[in-house]
Amino acid sequence: MSQNGTFKPVLVGFLCNWCSYRAADLAGTSRMGYPATLRDIRIMCTGRLDPTFVLRALQQGADGVLVMGCHPGQCHYQEGNYKAIRRFALLKRVLRQMGLEDARVQLHWASAAQGVLFAQTVAQMTEQIKALGPLDWPRHWPDEDPFARIALAMQEDAHE
Amino acid sequence: MSDKPKLAQYWASSCGGCEIAVLGLHEKILDVAGAFEIVFWPCVMDFKYADVEAMADGAIDVCLFNGAIRNDENAHLAHLLRRKSKVLVAFGACAYGGSMPGLANFTDREAMFDWIYFHSPSTENPGNVRPEMRTTMPEGDLRLPRFWNTVKTLEQIVPVDYFLPGCPPEAGSIEIAINAIVSGQLPPPGSVIGSDTTVCDECPREKLNKKVKRFYRPHEIIPDPNICLLDQGLFCAGIATRAGCNARCPQVDLGCRGCYGPNEGVYDQGAKLIAGIGSMIDADTVEEVEAILDTLPDPAGYFYRFHLPQSLLRRKALGNGKKQPKTEPVAATR
Repeated sequence: MSQNGTFKPVLVGFLCNWCSYRAADLAGTSRMGYPATLRDIRIMCTGRLDPTFVLRALQQGADGVLVMGCHPGQCHYQEGNYKAIRRFALLKRVLRQMGLEDARVQLHWASAAQGVLFAQTVAQMTEQIKALGPLDWPRHWPDEDPFARIALAMQEDAHE
Repeated sequence: MSDKPKLAQYWASSCGGCEIAVLGLHEKILDVAGAFEIVFWPCVMDFKYADVEAMADGAIDVCLFNGAIRNDENAHLAHLLRRKSKVLVAFGACAYGGSMPGLANFTDREAMFDWIYFHSPSTENPGNVRPEMRTTMPEGDLRLPRFWNTVKTLEQIVPVDYFLPGCPPEAGSIEIAINAIVSGQLPPPGSVIGSDTTVCDECPREKLNKKVKRFYRPHEIIPDPNICLLDQGLFCAGIATRAGCNARCPQVDLGCRGCYGPNEGVYDQGAKLIAGIGSMIDADTVEEVEAILDTLPDPAGYFYRFHLPQSLLRRKALGNGKKQPKTEPVAATR
């Protein structure tokens, strides 16, 4: 992720189809500038966000995860974002116990008209993640098995 | 030497419960003894590691391996038995998902040693002795295997053919596995031997619509014996746990602990529990939700009780010596 010593965070965004993804579209069509750090994934609703998605993003190299949906009370499916509030609060508690900094995983709301807010949110989160540095989660389980290399060598010998 | 298939059984980091579970087959154990020639089983018979090393590669037909991998000795035997065995079965929750030893992934080696050898209330260590990998005595060097920071599952060390979940696996599951092996009717390699539904499907309790204003711990209420424990605010992992135990714990008023691990097709049992338990919370504002969650202490411990090393994040962040800058908690804004 870091080239020439500058760290450019990789953020994975889960944006709801009806509000925040439209906000991202609006930010784009309005040519608003914001850091190119976010990889958007469109989901139908924040209520569809399986916590597995967040954990998998973190495990596979994301430096942060941004979840965005409709403002409470404005969910296209009536109450999907309320479900997201409940799950997200629990997810955050688990992630804190796993030693993950709070700013790495965030939930925000932006309506389809709030392109500016969307751009600001991405910019703000990018700054926070830059201050924290790269996550690189798999570094927490370095290989401790002294026999792995021997086993591999024996396997290669057997094939020759 | 008989021409019966050769069976090995080994315990790595485990409590011995899996060994007892095999004996829990009762008289069927005689069928096992009749069908197999036991070539290595340190728990009940006198074998040495050298005996295994002397075998030809692939000489063991089936190896039931229980226990997680957390030190060099465990890893050595995992590699050795993999090489010597045609079929390697991760037997029980520790080998499959890390289980109780895997909870050590919420801390690290140094913190654990400090607690165990110095600070725990039951520790008496007047000489301030801390185990070292090598101790020189007049008679010679004594060595201990190197202890790891991170507990691993068997599959994270060597390729595994089958998984038999459970803490310990129920006699019924073991029977199914043994019968499959004896008859040669094995599922595709990599399979978890067991059911692909959840504990809820085996649980006779009546399920309501699960909306709770608070969670209870088992000592705080006496549950209704006929209604789903989750509906009563008691934590139960049955919603995200593979069936196979006939809902043993919920049947005696105790929430499922989750020992059979994630259901078929699930990457992370804890994530599914977050989704399930989270959506039970009967509140719409962040403040209310947080207040209800305050009644559920240690969610990560509950959700990853048996499968932390197997989960997506595998362990708590290892301290890297550098203190992370503190950031403002970012909650959902209204």
